[in-house]
Amino acid sequence: MVGVNSTIEIAGLKLRNPVMLAAGVLGVTGFSLKRVAEAGAGAIVTKSIGIKPRDGYPNPTITETNCGLLNAMGLPNPGVEDFECELKIAKEGGVSVIASIFGASKEEFAYVGSVMEEAGADAIELNVSCPHTEVVALGQSPDLTSDVVETVKKGVDIPVFVKLTPNVTDIVLVAKSAERAGADAITCINTLRAMAVDVETGKPILANKVGGLSGPAIKPVAVRCVFEISKEVNIPVIGCGGITYWQDAVEFLLAGASAIQIGTAIAFRGLSVFKEITDGIQEYLSKKGYRNLKEIVGLSHKF
Amino acid sequence: MPFNRSNHSKFLNPPILHDKLRIVKIKEIKSETPTIKSFTFVDEKCTETSPGQYVMVWIPGIDEIPMSLLRELNKNLMIAVKSIGGASAALHELKKGDVLGIRGPYGHGFTSITGNIMIVGGGIGIAPLVPLTKNLANPPTKITFILGATTHEELLFLDKIRMELSKNDGRIIVATEDGSFGFKGLATDPIEQLLKKQKFDMIFTCGPEKMMKKMFQLAEQYKTPIQASLERIMRCSIGLCGSCMIGKFRVCKDGPVFSSEQLREVKNEFGTFKRDFSGIKVKI
Repeated sequence: MVGVNSTIEIAGLKLRNPVMLAAGVLGVTGFSLKRVAEAGAGAIVTKSIGIKPRDGYPNPTITETNCGLLNAMGLPNPGVEDFECELKIAKEGGVSVIASIFGASKEEFAYVGSVMEEAGADAIELNVSCPHTEVVALGQSPDLTSDVVETVKKGVDIPVFVKLTPNVTDIVLVAKSAERAGADAITCINTLRAMAVDVETGKPILANKVGGLSGPAIKPVAVRCVFEISKEVNIPVIGCGGITYWQDAVEFLLAGASAIQIGTAIAFRGLSVFKEITDGIQEYLSKKGYRNLKEIVGLSHKF
Repeated sequence: MPFNRSNHSKFLNPPILHDKLRIVKIKEIKSETPTIKSFTFVDEKCTETSPGQYVMVWIPGIDEIPMSLLRELNKNLMIAVKSIGGASAALHELKKGDVLGIRGPYGHGFTSITGNIMIVGGGIGIAPLVPLTKNLANPPTKITFILGATTHEELLFLDKIRMELSKNDGRIIVATEDGSFGFKGLATDPIEQLLKKQKFDMIFTCGPEKMMKKMFQLAEQYKTPIQASLERIMRCSIGLCGSCMIGKFRVCKDGPVFSSEQLREVKNEFGTFKRDFSGIKVKI
C-alpha cells in the first residue's frame, strides 16, 4: 500500500493507525496492554481506574446474547496508586497509552487524572458512561459532564477525552457540553443498558441483573451517534461499538470518526483483529484512490 | 435483483461465539472425599471437550466459577468441586435434580503425546488429569502417575486412575502429607529420583501452584518438557476482561494449560504472585 497514509492525529497524539483498544478490555495489567500494542493497536486505553481498589461485581459478569455480549463487571480495578507501575509497563508497547478513569466526584476524577499524567499517560479518557455503575449519572447530564471535564482539564496538561453513554435522550447535547468545557475528543459510545433473564430458572443471569450490551447489536446505534456528534462538534470523535471487521471501521470513519476502538471483537476474532482491520482500511483507501485516512473522515456528511 | 447470500463475502457473516448459557440438570451427586463432591450432568456441546478444558458453571443466583470437565460413560459429564466457601460451598448444598448453567467448553487443554509420560497431580488438581490419563493410557505409552493429598481420605479419584492405568501397566505413586497412605510427604518429593533414573518425554501437572512451580523447576533442570494447568480469577473466560492475566497470557484463553516455553516467559509470576478481584498482586 505504497503512498497510503493511515496515520492520524487525535488531539496532538500521533497514532500509527486509527485502530485503538477500547477501555475495559485487557486493560488491567501492563503486560496485557503491551501485548495488545504489539498486536498492532494504534493506541491503547486502560481499564477504567478509580481512586481506590475495587473488586467489582460477583460472577456472572458476562453473558452472550444472540447479537452481542452483555457485561456488568462493576469497574474492578486496583486503584490508581497500584496502577502506576502497570501503566509504565504498558508504555513499553510503544504506542500512546490513554488512561480511562472514573470517580465518585469531579475531585476524584481530577486526582486520578493527575496521578495518571505523572505516571506517563499520554491522554485521559473520562468514563462518565459505564451503564451499570454510579458514574453513568454524570454522563447523562450535560452539566455534570462539563463539570467533570472542566475540573480534570484544570489539573492536567495532557489531552482529555470523554466517553459518552448512548443511554440519553440527546447525546449531541452532552457532546457539545463536553466540548465547551474543554474536552479534546469525544469517544462514543459506551455500552447500552441491557439485561438477560434465564427462562429455565426465571433468574436474571448477570449478578448485577443489569449490564451493558456491546458487539454487533449496538453498531448501528454507535454509527448514528458518531454521525450526529461529529456534525455538531469541532473536536475529533473516536467511534466505538460493535466494530468487528474493517468494513465496520470504514463505516465509522465515513460517519465522522477520526479513529475507532475495538473491544468485544477480540472475543470473536482474537488479537489479530487490530492488524486485520488496519490492513483492511489501508486496502480500502488504496482501492478508492485516497492518499490519506483524513480524506474519508466524515465523508457521509455531505449526503 | 434477488438477495443472494453467496454474493456476500465471508467477512460479513455475523460474528457469534455460540457460547450461550445452557441449563443442565444434576443427574448425580457423589461425595468423593470429605471436602470434594462430584456432580454429573449431560451437555451436548461439551461431549467433545478435550482434557484440560473447562466450563463456566453458574449456580443460579449465586456465582459462576470455572471447573474442569471429566467425561464419563453415556455422554455424562462430571465436575469435581472442593468446598472452599462461597460458590463452591453453595454448590455442595445442591441436590440431585437441581439445575446449573453451563457455558463453554473453553481454553487450551493438554496436548497429547506418546512415550514415557509423568503425570503429577495434587489435591483437587487431580481432576483434569483423569481424562488426560484416559486419553494417553494406550500402549506403547507408559505412564507414571504421582498423586498427592493432605490425607488418605482426601485422595481424589485414585480408583479411576488405577482403572485407566491397569490398561497399560502404568505405575502409581501416592504421597500424603500426614503419611496416612503411600509415603509421607509432598507429591514432588519422589520425583527428582525418578527424573534422575529415566528419561520422560513429557510431564503433565495440575495442583497447587507451589507444587507446579517446583515441577517446572525440576523439568527445566532435567530438560524435560512440561505442561501445567494454571488457575487465576476468571470472569469472562473468552479472553476479553483481562482478570486472569499471568504475564502477557490470558489463563482463560491462552491457557489454562501452558507449555515449558510459555512458563519460561512468565517465570517471574508463576508460583510467585496472582491477582485479586481488583487486580492487585497477592503472594502465592
